Amino acid sequence: MNLTSPETLVFWMTLFFLIFLFLLTKLGWKPILTAIKEREKSIEDAIDEAEKVKREMAQLKADNEKLLQEAREQREQILKEARELKEKMINEARSEAEKARSEELAKTKQMIEAERQAALKSIHDQVAEISLQIAEKVLKKQMGDKQKQLDYIKQNLSDLKLN
Amino acid sequence: MRKTYFIVSFVLFWILISPSSLMAGEGEGGAESENREAHGKEHFNTAGLVAHHTSDSHDYLVELPFFHKTIHLPVILWTKNGLSIFSSARFQGDNEGKVVVNDDKGNRLVRKHEIIYYADKIEGMEHPSLMDYSLRPLDFSITRNVLAIFFVFLLLSITLYYARKAYENPKRLPKGVAAVLEPIILFIRDDIAKENIGKHYEKYMPYLLTVFFFILYSNLIGLIPFAPFGHNLTGNILITFVLAAIALVVILASSNKHYWKHIFTPPVPKLIWIVMVPVEIAGIFIKPFALMVRLFANILAGHTMMISLVALIFIFESAKWGIVSGIFVVFMSFIELLVAFLQAYIFTVLTAVFIGLALEEGHEEEHAAEGSIQATR
Repeated sequence: MNLTSPETLVFWMTLFFLIFLFLLTKLGWKPILTAIKEREKSIEDAIDEAEKVKREMAQLKADNEKLLQEAREQREQILKEARELKEKMINEARSEAEKARSEELAKTKQMIEAERQAALKSIHDQVAEISLQIAEKVLKKQMGDKQKQLDYIKQNLSDLKLN
Repeated sequence: MRKTYFIVSFVLFWILISPSSLMAGEGEGGAESENREAHGKEHFNTAGLVAHHTSDSHDYLVELPFFHKTIHLPVILWTKNGLSIFSSARFQGDNEGKVVVNDDKGNRLVRKHEIIYYADKIEGMEHPSLMDYSLRPLDFSITRNVLAIFFVFLLLSITLYYARKAYENPKRLPKGVAAVLEPIILFIRDDIAKENIGKHYEKYMPYLLTVFFFILYSNLIGLIPFAPFGHNLTGNILITFVLAAIALVVILASSNKHYWKHIFTPPVPKLIWIVMVPVEIAGIFIKPFALMVRLFANILAGHTMMISLVALIFIFESAKWGIVSGIFVVFMSFIELLVAFLQAYIFTVLTAVFIGLALEEGHEEEHAAEGSIQATR
């Protein structure tokens, strides 16, 4: 390889290199590198954003789940309370009815008793009257025969002596 | 289908182009062919061919099938009598110091192996010294490689111009040029800069990207064997020298107190400092030197290999060798394509590593531990 005078190439190479290093840096490399960096940053941001949204979505879903769970529990609670209330109401009604019935029963019994007493009393009265009448009739009949009366008295008296 | 078509046309184009441009080169390298005609079938000058195709020059030979034209680039000299600018056409393609150019400033100049000397000073000298500035004016000519550097940066600028359009709405995915560029940019950012430099990586990104793409584009245009491509830029040690020098400046500019402390007071017993300190100081320069040589040697070797393979046709003077060479050259092209990316990557990643080393904060605990080990001894 034959060289020209060394200063030729050294001079021009240095000059061109420095000039073009400056120009290419200003007009080429810097804007391109900045653009690449910007794009990388925007991609990174987008990924971060997506991640954030994903996290938020998960959070939202968890919240929903929780809310749903709570609602379910609440429903359960309400149902339970309703059931209890129903039970209670039925029981109350039942006891009330029972009470009313027993009261009614007692009253009826009383009434029946009273009626029975009254009936009994009237029977008593009638029996006494009939008995009197019978006795009267019997007596009337008995007393018609004097001998028999005396016998009877005698008999009763002898029984007294024995006593 | 489209891919296959593309590959086949690429291969065919390569086979078509390579020998034709080389033949053109052979015709142009006047002295060599004259030599050959004079001595009959002596030998084909492969080294000359390689040199011709990898060299920088004041004349730019545009080599296309059925179109060969020499573009004479301006010669710009800082002579004893001031600035002198004239067309390189005035040397009439001479490189042997035979044609004397009398410029406007009253200098008498000759060109010898692409270097311009004062005609009077080197009279009779077989190999005048390159670095003796009394023998020659300072040369700031727009040579073929200077044009190529500009071309590479122009291509890079155009690429970035179109890439930037895709970023007008940064939230959209990159399209077109940007879609190709972005994975590379991201790779350099994440796997080279962030990995090796650390938290201050952003400051170095434009530099690393410029270096990477300059080397990559230079390597790639070196692989395309026809105008306006086909320049040997990264295989030119002066260009890799400038790249390495800039890397050194960047490394030193980002160095901190700890970096220098490590060089002048390395954490080893004081007796070893006698060896370590010079080694460490040499290391400052060896690192960029390695960068320079690695890139230069790899690319130049690739070019040399390719040209030598094509030269087989001319060495054996048989068209049948064209088939063999063609296949080999296509194969090599794919390897060189890999090397183009690989070397750009290596240069960039090592620069990043060196910047990272210069930026590294001290490991106080580590040193304390080492100190205690020394104390227990």
